[in-house]
Amino acid sequence: MAFDAVLAALVLGVAIWTVAVRDTFAAVVGFVTFGLLVALIWVRLAAPDVALTEAALGSGLTGGLLVAASARLARTEAEATSELPGAVLQIAAAIVSVWVSAGLIALVLLLPEAAPTLAPNVAANIAATGLQNPVTAVLMAFRAIDTLLEVAVLLLALVGMWSLAPDHLWGGAPGRREPSDPDGVLTFVAQLLVPVGILVAIHIFWVGSVAPGGEFQGATILAAMWILATMAGLANTPPVMRRSLRLLLVAGSAVFFTIGFAGFVIAGAFLAYPANYAKLLILIIEIPLTLSIAATLALLVAGPPEQEPE
Amino acid sequence: MSTAILYGLCSAVLVGLGLFGLITHPQPLRKILAFNLIGSGVFLLFGVVARRGAAAGFGGDPVPQALVITGLVVAFAATALAAALLLRLFQETGRATLRSDD
Repeated sequence: MAFDAVLAALVLGVAIWTVAVRDTFAAVVGFVTFGLLVALIWVRLAAPDVALTEAALGSGLTGGLLVAASARLARTEAEATSELPGAVLQIAAAIVSVWVSAGLIALVLLLPEAAPTLAPNVAANIAATGLQNPVTAVLMAFRAIDTLLEVAVLLLALVGMWSLAPDHLWGGAPGRREPSDPDGVLTFVAQLLVPVGILVAIHIFWVGSVAPGGEFQGATILAAMWILATMAGLANTPPVMRRSLRLLLVAGSAVFFTIGFAGFVIAGAFLAYPANYAKLLILIIEIPLTLSIAATLALLVAGPPEQEPE
Repeated sequence: MSTAILYGLCSAVLVGLGLFGLITHPQPLRKILAFNLIGSGVFLLFGVVARRGAAAGFGGDPVPQALVITGLVVAFAATALAAALLLRLFQETGRATLRSDD
């Protein structure tokens, strides 16, 4: 309990720092720290799957993305600070925020004593999926349609991002091409870390059926390794027009939809799996899905096309 | 007070903090950061509800936990898109502001 109180105080402290600090870069660093501390809270809330996702995605990839953005926007910093709102607006905002917090605090304190839960339903039906990790069972079987729609949302976000490219750069590779320095520290780190990271990603993906982990956590680590390799100049991001890249991006949702519709024929409902084949079908979906999610996440970090098309 | 309730109170304050930052910060990037703080607070509230729903040998209700994983991925996609829109605005106008009086 003492640990939890200290952790909660730390998280709030870092959050206040993130909101209050003047320098945007410092705020982004605060946010990355915040994400890692929140991952600890997820462990304390007995949600290790979420903790892994928060650390890798909420803190890691989001942090990298925002660090890059804040570096590019550094020139606008001075001008923006002159636009600070007046005292009246600040006080009004403070009152509204305190109200919202107070309302949520009341809700938390008034939560019903016998907490509603679907855990017994999951426990009763998990055997049918062949999986042992309940969170993966929810993601891939009981609420598979959520996951399917989420992958579609990821692709839509990527289409939205690509459409921000200026006309003359359309079809080119995303992001800037980083020069490669064969003697550089970053190159060394990337050469050392990327193969290990890929193994870790495959492990996290594979144990997801029985232990904390799964396709999103594995895909995030894969994406991070891709980004590291491009940052070190060891590889360039492929141009958005490349057919193999497009196929990689849609492979996951295509297989997911195909097996989903096949469910009508083989099991009588959309995304239903026939008995005894559930785990096999989930695995067939998960492998291309992990690769597609990894590519989508990496391209979302890379940004819209910024290099001349070949 | 149980651990879950303690973190519930923490997340309620996080939402308020994020909301304050979202309203008062003039810089769009700071607004994106603040919005992510609100998101973290909301996700943690889900986690608190999940923790209280521990039953059948699970440490928490896996359904809200899975929803949070979905939510984290979508929040990341939205953040990436917002940052890209902001960088494009900067590229076009040389400024990164939401002010419309010129």
